[in-house]
Amino acid sequence: MENQVLNKRKLFNTGKFDVRTYTMIAALIIMWIGFTYLTEGSFITSRNLSNLVRQMAIVGIMGTGMVLVIVSGGIDLSVGSVMGFLGCIAAALQVWGGVSTLGVIAIALLLGLIIGLAQGSLIAYTDVPPFIITLGGMLIFRGAVLAVTRGTTVAPLQKSLLYFGQAYVSNTIGIVIAVLAVAFLLLNEISKRKAKQKYNTLNEPMSTMIIRWLVFSLIICASVWMLNSYKGIPVPVLIMFILVLIFSFIAEKTTFGRRIYAIGGNIDAAKYSGINVKRNIVMVYCLNTLMAAIAGLILAARLNAGTPQAGINLELDAIAAAVIGGTSMTGGVGRVAGAILGGLIMATIDNGMSMMNLDAYWQYMVKGVILITAVWFDIKTKKNSSKSKK
Amino acid sequence: MHEYLLQMKNISKEFPGVKALNNVNFDVVRGQIHALVGENGAGKSTLIKILCGIYPYGTYDGQIVINGEEKKFNSIRDVENSGIGCIHQELNLVPELSVSENIFLNDKPGKYGIVDFNQMYKRTKELLANIGMDVDSHNGVDPNEKLKNLGIGQKQLVEIAKALSKDIKLLILDEPTSALTEAEVDILLDILDGLRKKGVTCIYISHRLDEVMRIADSITVLRDGQTIETREKVDMDKETMISLMVGRELKNMFPRVEHKRGELAFEIKNYSVKHPDIPGKMLLDNVNLKAYKGEILGISGLMGAGRTELFTSVFGAFSEPAVGEILIDGKKVEIKNPVDALNNGLFLLTEDRKKLGLNLLMSVKENTTLASLEKVARFGVLDNNKAIYETNNYVEKIKIKTPNVEASVNTLSGGNQQKVVIAKALMTEPKVIILDEPTRGIDVGAKYEIYKLMNQLVDEGVTVIMISSEMEEILGMSDRVLTMCNGRINCEFAICDATQEKLMQASTGSDN
Repeated sequence: MENQVLNKRKLFNTGKFDVRTYTMIAALIIMWIGFTYLTEGSFITSRNLSNLVRQMAIVGIMGTGMVLVIVSGGIDLSVGSVMGFLGCIAAALQVWGGVSTLGVIAIALLLGLIIGLAQGSLIAYTDVPPFIITLGGMLIFRGAVLAVTRGTTVAPLQKSLLYFGQAYVSNTIGIVIAVLAVAFLLLNEISKRKAKQKYNTLNEPMSTMIIRWLVFSLIICASVWMLNSYKGIPVPVLIMFILVLIFSFIAEKTTFGRRIYAIGGNIDAAKYSGINVKRNIVMVYCLNTLMAAIAGLILAARLNAGTPQAGINLELDAIAAAVIGGTSMTGGVGRVAGAILGGLIMATIDNGMSMMNLDAYWQYMVKGVILITAVWFDIKTKKNSSKSKK
Repeated sequence: MHEYLLQMKNISKEFPGVKALNNVNFDVVRGQIHALVGENGAGKSTLIKILCGIYPYGTYDGQIVINGEEKKFNSIRDVENSGIGCIHQELNLVPELSVSENIFLNDKPGKYGIVDFNQMYKRTKELLANIGMDVDSHNGVDPNEKLKNLGIGQKQLVEIAKALSKDIKLLILDEPTSALTEAEVDILLDILDGLRKKGVTCIYISHRLDEVMRIADSITVLRDGQTIETREKVDMDKETMISLMVGRELKNMFPRVEHKRGELAFEIKNYSVKHPDIPGKMLLDNVNLKAYKGEILGISGLMGAGRTELFTSVFGAFSEPAVGEILIDGKKVEIKNPVDALNNGLFLLTEDRKKLGLNLLMSVKENTTLASLEKVARFGVLDNNKAIYETNNYVEKIKIKTPNVEASVNTLSGGNQQKVVIAKALMTEPKVIILDEPTRGIDVGAKYEIYKLMNQLVDEGVTVIMISSEMEEILGMSDRVLTMCNGRINCEFAICDATQEKLMQASTGSDN
């Protein structure tokens, strides 16, 4: 019986990747082809693609944290303001206080955790819904941004901090990363295979494993080659990918991650299964504002300043990225990597349309339509599949 | 010859990979109560969903003939317009609205979109009186009462009133009594009898065969998507019905074996909880209870006696604080929440498995391991292969019918879902397991397997406490029975002394 389990597993081991995700990948490819055609090829240049991924890094990072929050059945509207606040705090400490880059980073991350702890505890231990508490947080920290900056731009930052927003890693390091990633994938596949053999659940031919490994390796190598032919991998993008890896691991491979999905799927059943619901919820909000702190630092570094406008409406982009990437607003369903896909789609729209010299209002409208379509499509496919089930 | 009100001819319905119904013929005589019985998965629900328009014309093969006229229902509204009222297992009522607003939810009386509340009130009162719910009667409600303040039995009756508010010829009830107490069942059956006298035809679907024998005129048995037999009640008895349903003779519904009572394993001392809604009233009043290793302790009582609340509170999941002591293996334990309860070897299998027991978005594996993730993880990192391996052990041990452990629990039948919850409980290796209505809403075959499993647990040294509203189950499986009434444990019976009558007397508090 257990062998059937693996029979049904697809080539890319993506049992949880739903129809929406595949549709979104298809939509992304169509968009790239379309923009390449409409901009007579300048969309697909390595310079433009490098810019595109650099632009999406911040939304990608925030979307990553947001996926866990939404999966747990909550929402966090405060992260845009929190990231702006922490970016400005970092800038202010460095510009006015002369604090070193490491010190600034440590303080921003710590404050991020504390804010998450405060909001998360309020959500877990009072009956006030997360929507209200984080909406309050959004207003409070937007005010705090203005209080810190007095409405002015705080600049300039030290060069070592700018590294995190503006630099590229050298081509050699890029190649080393690609080689390491490819090697890691192979080792991971082999160890999974061994574990399956140990528990007698192996039912996959060697060739499937190798094809899967080759496809992923090809994607990695192509991306690194493309970025290297411009200036190399942008540091924020590298940070984003490391964070996505960590968060995917947390979501899918740890007991904490499983508990978050359990709480979002059915909070009562989670409670009766002996899960400490409140503590886990606090932790989710802590992780999310920690991501906001990282995003805030990167944004400040990219702008070389703390500005009062930093992060306005970014929480909505993060939520949209998570939802376009397949996270269900009702909780219990979603994938961290999906947020990157969602972020990439939105960045593609921004980038492609501005390259076509279309007015900015078009970008908002198109993104809105895509968001609605993605969820609509998802609900429709779900309905069809549940109809055929019963 | 009788005249048929409804004929369903050669109905077939296929889902991808499954033939749910295969040439089913189902004829209902005008003015009769016609019971439809069968195990879970036999096709009853599918048949009813076709009749109620949930699966519209064209998605199935066969004919529906009403009053000799073929009908092609495209929507639920078409069905309602043909005089068919359908009451589903899950009630479709709005808790925040009043009784009368619920009854006239879709077509409120009045003109130009302005509701005539006086007329609505009056008509609701008439409808309620019709089914014995006058305001003054024992069971009565005021039409302006909010629905959420009603008991579950009363809600069921409001559903019936709602169906009757339209001019219906055929009333379909899908498992109407699964959540009702015996007393409420009596009221419901009386009302159905009254409706029959007024000429309403009724299709009655139930797992409770006693009720079927009491109320039905004819009985149709479905099995594996086929009509097995339709008989008049006079030609049918319970044993025949069961053997037709399961396709084999089921001599004994309860696999009783001798248990040897061991040492004291679990004790509740002077346990009291205040009533959350009524000030000054005790929900649980000085409860004392002892359970021993190697026995099945049955907890009997009527709904509202405080049985579920007692064990929810002991498990640390009740909203109100408790006073009193809990002892496990003679040691006093503090249980403030379910985490503490599990750590102390206590597991509560809740009566509402979909709401409190299962995560329907998750797979069999994820549900089974949910309460003991530490066992399939190292340093907080899950070992998926170990989880599959462990889950497979339980799938085999308690015979969960699932294509594989990665299948969503949502696709399993009720009995198998219940087994998944049991697997989850067993994986925590509890010392004391509390089963709250463990066989509610599951079919005869799966029930038998769950009973056998309870015996197996007792043999392994687990203390089993079973709360049940089914007297037969209590008498068939327990070694000792306690009855609860009004928040107290008022009687104890050794199983050799217990009879249905004695238990009922004790449960209603009429023995003293």
